[in-house]
Formats: sequence, structure tokens, C-alpha cells
Amino acid sequence: MPLIEVKNLSRYFGGLHAVDNVSFNVEKGIIKAIIGPNGAGKTTLFNLISGTINVTSGKVFYKDHIITGLKPYQIAKKGIVRTFQNLKLNQHMSVLENVMIGRHIRSKAGFISGMLNLPNTWNEEKKIREYSMKMLDVVSMADKKDITVANLPFGQQRAVELARALACEPEVLLLDEPASGLNIYETKELSELIKKLKTWGLTILIVEHDMSLVMDISDDVVVLNYGEKIAEGQPDKIQKNKKVIKIYLGDDDA
Amino acid sequence: MNKENLKAVSVLFTIILLTPLITSLLDVNFYLTQLTMSIYYAIVSIGLCMLMGYAGQISMGQAAFFSIGGYTTAVLTTINLIEYKGSFLINLLMKLRVLVLDKNVYDNDVLFFSPWVTFFFAIVFALIISFVIGIPVLKLKGHYLAMATMGFGIIIYKIVKGTKILGQADGISAVPLFKILPFLSIDGDISNRIENFYFAGFILLLGLIILINLINSRVGRALRSLHGSEEASNSMGINTSKYKLYVFMLGAVFASIGGFFLTHYNGGIGPSEAGVMKSVRYVAIVAVGGMANIWGTLIFGILLNFLSLRGVFGSLDDAVFGAILILVMIFAPDGLIKKRFLDALIVKCKIIIKKIQLKLNKEGN
Amino acid sequence: MNLNIILQYVFSGITVGSIYAVIAIGFNIIYNTTGIINFAQGEFVMLGGMIAFSFCKVMPLYLAIILAVIITGIIGSLLELIFIRHLKKPSVLQMIVITIGLSIILREIALHVWDEQVRALPFFTGNETSSVNILGANISPQVLWVIGITSLIVIGLTLFFKYTIIGQAMRACSENRNAAGLCGINTKAMVNISFILSAGIGALAGCVVSPLTQTTYDMGTDLAIKGFTVAILGGLGNSSAAVAAGIILGLIEAFSVSIFPSAFQDVITIGILLTILFIRPQGIFRSKQFAALKEF
Repeated sequence: MPLIEVKNLSRYFGGLHAVDNVSFNVEKGIIKAIIGPNGAGKTTLFNLISGTINVTSGKVFYKDHIITGLKPYQIAKKGIVRTFQNLKLNQHMSVLENVMIGRHIRSKAGFISGMLNLPNTWNEEKKIREYSMKMLDVVSMADKKDITVANLPFGQQRAVELARALACEPEVLLLDEPASGLNIYETKELSELIKKLKTWGLTILIVEHDMSLVMDISDDVVVLNYGEKIAEGQPDKIQKNKKVIKIYLGDDDA
Repeated sequence: MNKENLKAVSVLFTIILLTPLITSLLDVNFYLTQLTMSIYYAIVSIGLCMLMGYAGQISMGQAAFFSIGGYTTAVLTTINLIEYKGSFLINLLMKLRVLVLDKNVYDNDVLFFSPWVTFFFAIVFALIISFVIGIPVLKLKGHYLAMATMGFGIIIYKIVKGTKILGQADGISAVPLFKILPFLSIDGDISNRIENFYFAGFILLLGLIILINLINSRVGRALRSLHGSEEASNSMGINTSKYKLYVFMLGAVFASIGGFFLTHYNGGIGPSEAGVMKSVRYVAIVAVGGMANIWGTLIFGILLNFLSLRGVFGSLDDAVFGAILILVMIFAPDGLIKKRFLDALIVKCKIIIKKIQLKLNKEGN
Repeated sequence: MNLNIILQYVFSGITVGSIYAVIAIGFNIIYNTTGIINFAQGEFVMLGGMIAFSFCKVMPLYLAIILAVIITGIIGSLLELIFIRHLKKPSVLQMIVITIGLSIILREIALHVWDEQVRALPFFTGNETSSVNILGANISPQVLWVIGITSLIVIGLTLFFKYTIIGQAMRACSENRNAAGLCGINTKAMVNISFILSAGIGALAGCVVSPLTQTTYDMGTDLAIKGFTVAILGGLGNSSAAVAAGIILGLIEAFSVSIFPSAFQDVITIGILLTILFIRPQGIFRSKQFAALKEF
């Protein structure tokens, strides 16, 4: 039984078919990459799965339950957590505080107990802090925990966002172009990190431009072009797929 | 509460404690009256600060909630039910102390709702109305949200001004005092000035501590994250519309409580308290205080209201608040009190002190 | 209700409605080029009436009105130059607060220049008692002036946006400001012109309606919220729909007087505004998809 099942998913913006009748499965514990040229609908597909935008038609199943139509926060609560291509951290909060936001769904303290600072929240806050520190450690950012995010270089902000997503204890991690804006060394580190996360049992769905990264880490690849799925399979097979080569290298027979 | 906030709260506590002493030393005890009023207005502003600064949602209708609190108590405590006295229901309510019997200035018997009960009503009404209004309004963003909240504010203003039981343009006067303890009653009597000031200070501290706790709690983090990016917060599993609604309701309750006490303190309330200009004032105070800065809001809330009540701005009262809005937004959208600025100042001072120490050490050697 | 009274209501509805429409168009012009809702729009109407009132004591009425329109246009231009132009990437919250601040300042200046008195321009033709008989209803000739001049404003603006270079450039700005800038259009100048235009038409509306509804220093907020209601009703940025929406709102207001006490008249308008915002924020004439494409 696949963990995520995408069935005939479509999203039209007026006449533009951003995602057109796309279906694929994601098995538990694998790294699946979604690739394609610019404007192929990769990010839209992500937005559809995470509930950020509504689908035009089609369904997404998670553990055999329909999740299309749920609000993003409900989907996150079910264990599917995403990162963003152009980073959406709170720039005015410290690194640690940003990661602590990730613990939101794994903690309970409500409005009243927050206002009155009731003793039962103290222990929870401590646990939130500890777990968040652990996640910062995973992305090797623990020493920068008190720095305001706005003062960090881009690559490190990416790491913080990943730590925040990990703090949610997701079962499925959706990474939207995690390597964009990173230099070679940072990309290398990222690839090691993602492999490590796989050993934790995480299922990872990744949208990426960097082909070497994709080929290095993924178990399975879906190729999109103009919103349609044109190929799916293991990385080495995708590399030899004529259709894929055509869209990446052009139509010329040269 | 962390050390920094604890320190700040104790400083504020000390200031409140010492103020009557200072005013009596300077022989300006009458300042206390305006200070007390300013504190009640500041309570409205810090509630709005949570909504605007921390959750990032503008409300141009805060004065409406202030007047809901004020008018609730004004109507219910000036109503005279004496002619129904003797009926079973009234007797029951009197036994339960919901209604109180007293004499008015003409020495006639009057039977009205106890302020304790109207305090409860003021909070409940604010909660209900903010809940009902908040659900649709908070779905809107930006300009639409501003206009919708402003529209709500104007509706309340027009209702207040056009309804007979609310006193129309004259408002409601002769609101009775609110006896909280044998030695403490909320009214404008000069002999109670110091007690009243302390009581207002006490309410302010209480409200402030509650808000500071909230900001530093799990919910507070969620709110601040909501301000950063609603989309990201949603993806982190935060039910953003729920939290926006809660903060809106919290702000409404703060405003209502401010309105409630000020009405008893002044012994009345008029429709201008519900006007758009009042709402703009609250927004101006939050803006000049630095949006997400509860201390800045507090300081400017008391300062500006105090100056305005003392008549320092003269006939330019509204213009001053308009100018503040424009200038702050153009030159210092983060407000005048910047934490970063203060931090940098402290660091610089430390460096200078260290340099001096080094120099002294060298010379000593 | 007999036919005569109904006609009276219809005409008074169309009169106020066309004023609301002009204010809404003023909102739209600025919104289209900048994405800003100018909360000071109602103050332009007030300024027009006030300035014309002061001038008409020393010169013929038509000259006073022309001067009032020009001066208000200059004020609009100055507001943009001084307060808005140099802001880098202002947030929506910032813009709301600034334009609200501007409306307060304009109102306070008016209060100090003209005091609290209610003023009115003289009737353009005839006086308060003169009337024209249309379909059996007695209508003040000023009503015809209002309807005539607002129609001229609408037609003139339509022609301006369609056939003049500047008008076309402004439309290009509203489609995509960056692209318009890259095509060599001076977007900053276009923003300035949009302020001049909406201030000018606001002032003109303020002049023609002054004999009927009078002018006071604090009339701006109410007018702004009604103009905004109309702009929303027609769909923000859509000026021809605003005319229809303005007349609808005007008629609703006129007829509501016969049902509700006049003190609550505004409550009805704002009730409509809130309802529209809640259920059809894209306006009553437009599809939902269109609104989704326009950012705000």
C-alpha cells in the first residue's frame, strides 16, 4: 500500500493547465523527486498536496484517506509537512524560536494556560525547547540558536527552515527546491542530510532543479512538463528516457 | 516570564507605586485624574497591540468595543426597575445581589444592576460581538480588513448616536460608583483619587502580565509566526483563522474592560468614545509604540493620552494624532522605540566601559 | 406611495448615487495605478466644496469651481509627492495608516480654515425653491446639474483612458507596473497623475452636490466609506460597474428613508458594505477568478 497516492490531480488557472491529470504513488520510506523544466507545475503540485491551493479535480490519498479539500494546517497535523522554495521564516524571531514553531502541532498549551502561565505549560515548553535544539543540532545550527533569522545568510536560513519542518515530527517531508541558492559544499551537506533523514524512516518528496542532487539521493523520479507527467521511474532509467532528454536538451536532432 | 520582562514589570510597579508620592510632592495631585484615565485608555491600546503587532491584523474599530463595555454598564446601572419591585423575578435577583437598591441625588429609591454583574456582562457582550463580527471580518486582508473593521466601528457609533436608550448625542451620565472593596470605589471623587490611580495601575499590571505571558507562550509564538507568513504558519499546522479570532476577541475584551472602568470613573459616557477618530487614536498609539512592542504601546498610550487630556495639543488634538500616524509610518514604520536600537546602545556602552577599564589598568601598571 | 413620491425618491437616489460613483471612480483610479486604497478620498470632495465656496464670493461661480478643482488637484499631487512617492516597498498596513493620517490632517486643516459651519454653494441655476417638472415629479434643477456633470466626468474619463497616450500609459501601469516601467512609461508620473485626477473629479463632485447636501469639514469619512462600498460593489478597479453600483446604492438609501429612521441610514449602507465584503469581495458583477488574479 503506497503512503501517498496522487490520482488524476489537475489545477487550472483560467486557461492555463498548471497541473494536468497527474497520478503517481509514493511508497513509505523512499525519496521521490519531482523534476521538470521551469513552469512545469512542480511547485503547484506541491501546493496542491499540502493544501495551500485548491485542486480543480482529482484526489490525493494519504494512508488511504482523502486529504484533498483539507486546510493546510489539517494536512500538517496528519504528518505531511513542507518547506518553501523562497523561505518563509519569521525574520524577526530568533533561530530557536522559529524552530519551536514547528513543535506547535506536537504540543497542547492553549490560550488560557498561556495567558496565565500555568505550571503545566512549563514542562511542555522545556520539552519543546529541547526537541527544537535537537533538530537544530541535526542541521548543525545549534550554536546559532539566538541569532535573529534576518541576520543569517541564505543557506543557513534554509537549514533553519528544514529544522523547523523536522520539529513537526513529520512522516512525510515535502522539500521545495531545497538546494536553490546553496553553493556546492552546502548542497553536498544537504544531500548527506537528506540521506540521513531517510534512515530515520521519513518519506521525502522533493522538487529540485539540481540534477546531480536528484540523481544522487532519489529512489524514484517523476518528470513533469507543461503540467503533465511524461515519465516516472528509477533515476538511471529516467536519465536514459528519450522524452526526458528531449525536454531538457531541446528538440534538435543534433 | 523571563528575567527581562520581570525587571520591566517591577520597574513599572515601582513607578505606579511612587507616582502619587511624586505628584503630591510637586503639588500636582490633579494630574492623577488624567493619569488614571490614560491608563484605562492604554489598556485598550495594549489589547490592540496584540492584534496588530503580534498577529498582524489591523482593526479600525477598537473604539466600538470600548463603547460596548462602557455603554453596557452605563445602561444597566442607570436603569431604574423600582416600579417592578415586588415581583418574584426582581426579588430573586435582589436576593442574588444582581440588583441593588440605592438612593439617587433626589433621595428617590432606585433599583439597578450591580456593577459586578455589568462587569460580567461587559466582558460577555464584547466576547459575543467580537466572535460574531470576527469570523467573517478576519477572513479579509489588508485594505478590506481595515475598511470592514472601520465600517463596523461606524455602525456602532451610529447606533449609539441614534438610539434613545443609549442617550443619543448626549450619552449617559450619572453612572453610579462601583464599590469594589469597603475602602475602594471607582468614581471620580477627588478624595478617592489615589486609590483609583492605584486600582487602574493594578488592572494595567494584571493585563500586561497576562499579555506578556501569552506572547511568550506556545500560542504567542504561533501568533508571531502568523504575522511573518500566514501561509507558512498554516503549513506548520497552526490553525491561523482560529488564532486570529481569539486575539481579536482578546483585544475586544481588553477594550471593553477599559471602557467599563473609565465609564464608572467618569460617571458617564458619550458617543464620541465610539467615534472613528478614537479608533484611529488607538491605532496611532500602537504604531508609534512600535507595532509589536507592548512596552512602547504602553508608554505612548499613557503619555499621549495624558497630554491630550491635559489639553496640551489644544484644538489640534486630532491633527496631532493624524500627524503622528503619518510621520511614524514614513520615517519609522517599526516605531520609535526599537529594541535593536537599544541593544546596540547597550553594547556600545559596554565597549566604552571596557576600554576605559583597560586604560585604567594600563595606567595602574 | 404614489408615483410622484416614488419618482422623487428615484431622482434623489440617482443624485447621491452618482456622487458615490464619482468617489468610487476616484478610489479606482488610484487603486489601479498604485494598489493603494486612498482613505483620504472623501476629503477631496469636501475640499472642492469648501474652496469653491470661498472663491465664489469674489468671482463668478463657474470660475470658482474651476479654481477649486485645480487647487484640489494640486493638493492631491502634493500629497503623493510628499508622503507617498519616496516610500520604498510600503506594506499595505503602512499605506492604510498613512492615508488615514492624511485624511485626518486634511479634515483638521479644513476645520481651522473654514470652522465648523455648514456651508453651501449657491444653486447653479435658479434657487432652492425653483423646480423642473419631469414626468409629473418636481425636481430641483441642481439634480440635473449633478447628473449631467457626473455623466460628463464618467464619459470624459472613459475617453481619456481609451484614446490619450497618458490614459493608455496609466492603464498599462494598472495591468503591470513593472512591465510598464520597462516599456519606458514613467510610472511615477502616472501615479502622480492618478492622484491629480481623482482629487480633481472628487472636488468637482463636491462642488455640484454642495447646493443640495451642503459641505461640512467632517463629511469626508462618511463619503469615503460610501464611495468604498460602491467601489467594492462594482468590483475594485472597475469604473463602469461603479456607476451602476453607485446608483443602486443611492436608490437603496433613498428608499430606505421611508422604512428606517434616517439616523440609521448609514448603518444600512455599511451593512451592505460588510455583507458584500463577506460574501462577494470581488464585487457583484465579476467572477471570482478575476479577483483571485488581482493581488491586494
